[in-house]
Amino acid sequence: MPEIIMNGMKLNPADNTTILDAARAAGIKIPTLCFLEGKTPLGACRVCIVEIEGSQALSASCCTPVRQGMVIHTNSLRVRNARRMIVELLLSEHEGDCQYCDRSEDCELKKLANELGIRAPKYTGEKTGSKIDDTTPAIIRDSGKCIKCRRCVTVCNAVQNVGAIFPQGRGFETTISPAFAAGLDSVACVQCGQCTAVCPVGAIIERDHTKGVWAALDDPKKHVVVQTAPAIRASLGEAFDLPPGTLVTGRMVTALRHMGFDAIFDTNFTADLTIIEEGNELLKRLKTVLVDGGEAALPQFTSCSPGWIKFAEYFYPEFLPNISTCKSPQQMFGALAKTYYAEKKGINPEDVIVVSVMPCTAKKYECQREEMYDSGYQDVDYVLTTRELGRMIKQAGLNFIELPESEMDAPLGMSSGAADIFANTGGVMEAALRTVYEVVTGRPLPMENLHVTPLTTLEGVKTASLKIEGAVPDWSFLEGVEVRVAVAHGLDNASRLLETIKDGKENFHFVEVMTCPGGCIGGGGQPRYTTDEIRKARIEAIFKEDEGKALRKSHDNPAIIQIYEEFLGQPLGEKSHHLLHTCYQKREKVLQ
Amino acid sequence: MKATVESKTFNDFSKNQHQEMSSTDVIHILDNIINEYSGTEGALIPVLQSAQNMLGYLPKYVMIHISERLGIPYSEVTGVVSFYSYFSTIPRGRHVIRVCLGTACYVRGGKEVLEALEKELSIRVGETTEDRQFSLEIGRCFGACGLAPVVMVGDDVHQRVKPAKIKELLKQYEGAGNE
Repeated sequence: MPEIIMNGMKLNPADNTTILDAARAAGIKIPTLCFLEGKTPLGACRVCIVEIEGSQALSASCCTPVRQGMVIHTNSLRVRNARRMIVELLLSEHEGDCQYCDRSEDCELKKLANELGIRAPKYTGEKTGSKIDDTTPAIIRDSGKCIKCRRCVTVCNAVQNVGAIFPQGRGFETTISPAFAAGLDSVACVQCGQCTAVCPVGAIIERDHTKGVWAALDDPKKHVVVQTAPAIRASLGEAFDLPPGTLVTGRMVTALRHMGFDAIFDTNFTADLTIIEEGNELLKRLKTVLVDGGEAALPQFTSCSPGWIKFAEYFYPEFLPNISTCKSPQQMFGALAKTYYAEKKGINPEDVIVVSVMPCTAKKYECQREEMYDSGYQDVDYVLTTRELGRMIKQAGLNFIELPESEMDAPLGMSSGAADIFANTGGVMEAALRTVYEVVTGRPLPMENLHVTPLTTLEGVKTASLKIEGAVPDWSFLEGVEVRVAVAHGLDNASRLLETIKDGKENFHFVEVMTCPGGCIGGGGQPRYTTDEIRKARIEAIFKEDEGKALRKSHDNPAIIQIYEEFLGQPLGEKSHHLLHTCYQKREKVLQ
Repeated sequence: MKATVESKTFNDFSKNQHQEMSSTDVIHILDNIINEYSGTEGALIPVLQSAQNMLGYLPKYVMIHISERLGIPYSEVTGVVSFYSYFSTIPRGRHVIRVCLGTACYVRGGKEVLEALEKELSIRVGETTEDRQFSLEIGRCFGACGLAPVVMVGDDVHQRVKPAKIKELLKQYEGAGNE
């Protein structure tokens, strides 16, 4: 452990620590616009410079390791002046239409300029100008606002293994974009929106759906229903400065009611339904292979995460037969809202507008896929991110924190705790095991509190196995079978897992993949900026929500039992096949 | 053509043979080049160089193929191509003239040499003459600062070039093969 002196304080940071990490651990704030937790630092923005005695130039603290005896000043006059100049230079190229900008509230550059006391433009030179890329359903990019910090490049390449964007060109003309500064639709972008979640400025944002939703709410002819994804209830509070991990389910429902939605429903309902359909699909595949001696693609992969689906369509088409044919809960909901629900209510489905609130940008893409019109209409009309809902609640003039709690509407608002945990990495797997194990053995999952603890961590790839003992007669062929499952979150982790499966190094029966680190609670549409600490807080909140429910297993949800009796018939039946299942297509990575 | 393609390595190919080569032939040779680099880190730039040496420029299908084979995202491949002025994505002339405008060459009249070339060839930087004989580009230091100003024509280095001698310099390449 080296001994250093920082701002006059003696510190003993761990070996191989950077100056930035050492400062943070000691409670000293060094600003940075490019640093990303857990990733190789780039030193791209230069804002984190510090003065090291005996060293002529200032050093970027994010990529300078501490050394024995270093005397460091993080906030001397020389550092402050240099830092201010760096930010002034960034501002000189930045198309700062702050009062109109999507990031007006949480722009890191604006905040830093303010902190540094910059009150007027110092350098007024040439700007690169704005080039707007609105070629994809979910993501909008504005090159003029980009400060070339490359956080988006890091998440797109190192975290998601997608590589849609990279610096193009050099010097002043550099743009961070797809090949040859073309639109995102020209390359393999999975629309996960992790770039929108890390961008320090307004250069990459989600496509706005709030205006369409307000217009629908204002139209007396329309019956506007809303579904909220499980991850929203553990993060929406952050948009109102509540601590991460505050559960706001009841207040969220009240807010949605005030905003004028005709019915407040829950994506949780179709999460429960997913477990029934996907669990049966898994058992069917296992039976085909183990009993009938037929062929079925195993392992079966989950299909809830549209970024993962698009990723597989581009990069792992050989695994498409392995992906569950179940639509995501969002899309199952849309298809049922415009058939089952409309019928039940006696409303013309043409007048039903389905709005989703999702922690996700890829859901904006998913809802307009050509396969998602099974109700005869676009099944889901608008998708709001958590951030957009937060903004709409503010526009509605509601004091969110003070709102009373209320409950979702029946029947599409009823759910079990198993549905809540769809928000967490490992959650879909745990929910599926709660049901599948009980169906096969007649006994509940033999784990404390029904949690499959090894699958709940933030480890990138997690595995578990479960031996089936005491199977009921219908499933006796599974007696003694060791069911092996795996969970990956973040597409780079998923790629690693897929490679081991491809190479035959590991075999599994069931695999959960979620596009974003931490699962949906770390989605690209969540309040900024998500760290592992915040992921953990949200995950814990979701488990709390689950544990607080009277029903913890999807197959116990009475509204699910009811919809099969009244409408769907049976799992994997004809109606399910038509409304709840889908297919996938191989995609070319580069538009020719 | 096919038989000769297989019997030659890429180094035997002079530039601009692409005019006679089908894309299947190009991919075939490219695959041989890439195979030589299999498993080595940092293969992208040498592979791009070889491809450009073979074709005189980097067409889109070549970059896509390199991206696929090396497992490097297409956006990263084009990012590297667009970063280095050496690489070109548009077809170039038989002879590529690169005028060094690094510090030493600039100070010793590189800019004037460039202007003289632009005038003589009636093209601007980045363009190719109508007869596809010459392309004109700027270089950023060839590491021959003692010989400034330097002009490269193909692989030939011309030292202490004077604007008045441009005509003479070009003469030796007119109608000649690419050496």
